[in-house]
Amino acid sequence: MRWFWIDRFDEFVRGHHAVAVKNVSLAEEHLHDHFPGAALMPNSLIVEGMAQTAGLLVADAIDYNRRVVLAKVAGAEFHFDAVPGDTIRFKAEILDLKPGGSLTKVSSAVDDRLQGEAELFFAHLEPGEGVPKLFEPDELLKWLDQMHIYDIGRDESGQPLQRPDW
Amino acid sequence: MPSRDEIFEKVKTALVDALGVDDDEVTPSATMVGDLGAESIDFLDIVFRLEKSFGIKIPRGELFPEDVLSSTEFVTNGKVNAAGMAALRARMPFYDLTNFEQNPSVQNFPNMLTVEDMVRYVQSKVGG
Repeated sequence: MRWFWIDRFDEFVRGHHAVAVKNVSLAEEHLHDHFPGAALMPNSLIVEGMAQTAGLLVADAIDYNRRVVLAKVAGAEFHFDAVPGDTIRFKAEILDLKPGGSLTKVSSAVDDRLQGEAELFFAHLEPGEGVPKLFEPDELLKWLDQMHIYDIGRDESGQPLQRPDW
Repeated sequence: MPSRDEIFEKVKTALVDALGVDDDEVTPSATMVGDLGAESIDFLDIVFRLEKSFGIKIPRGELFPEDVLSSTEFVTNGKVNAAGMAALRARMPFYDLTNFEQNPSVQNFPNMLTVEDMVRYVQSKVGG
C-alpha cells in the first residue's frame, strides 16, 4: 500500500509547478503521542508532503520513465508548527531538471502564512540501479486519479493533461 | 570576465549550499570527497548550482568522467591505463592529475578532486 501524504492537487502544470493540500487531523495516529495534550505535525512529515508534491511533479515531467527518489533536503526552514485542523498548502516548482536528477523548491503554507520552505533534490533511478520495476501501472494511475491530477492538470501549453494509456 | 577570486567565492557558495559545510572548510586544497564529504549524488547537485551561478552548461561526464573510468579500453585491473590517462588529460586539462598518476586506481579518482580543480574547471568554461 502506498503512503498517502497529500490529499489532492489544486494546481498541476507539467514541468513547472504544482500546488497540493493536506488536511491535518487529530484522527491521524502519529499525532496522538507527538505530543500528548499538544499535538503538532512533525516538520519531518511536512518534508514528506513537500517531497510527494514535488516528486510527482518531477515524475510526470519525465514521463514516469525513472523512479524519482528524494536524495537531499537543503535549506529547510520552518516558521511555526502545523496543528490538527490546519490545511497545509504545498507549492513545488522545478528549478532544474536533467535525466539523472532534479532540483525543486517547495514551500508549505497555512492560511497563506509561510510555514516552511526547502530545496529538494531528487535522483532519477533507472531499472537496474536497485530498482527492479518502476511501478505497477494500475496502482500508480489509481493514486494519480485520487490526487485529481488529470482533473486539474495542464501541460506546458495550457491544455488538459491526458491520462496515460498504460 | 570574472577574476579567479570571484570564481572561487561563487564555487565556495555552491559547495557550502550543496554539501552543508562551513565557509572556512572550503579551501582551495580541500578535497571534494575526503575533506568536504561529497557523495556521488552531490556532484549532480553541484552541477546544478554551478550552472545557475555562472550561467554555464555542464554536459554529463565533463566534471566527472564516469564514462572513461568505467571503460574497459581505459581501465586495466582497476587502474586507469596509459590510454585512459591520455583521455583524462585531453578531456580535463583543468584537473591536476599529478597525484592521481602516482596511483591511478579508479576508486582514487573522486578522492583527488580538489576545490581548486572545480575553480579551474569553471575558469575553463567562463574564460576567466
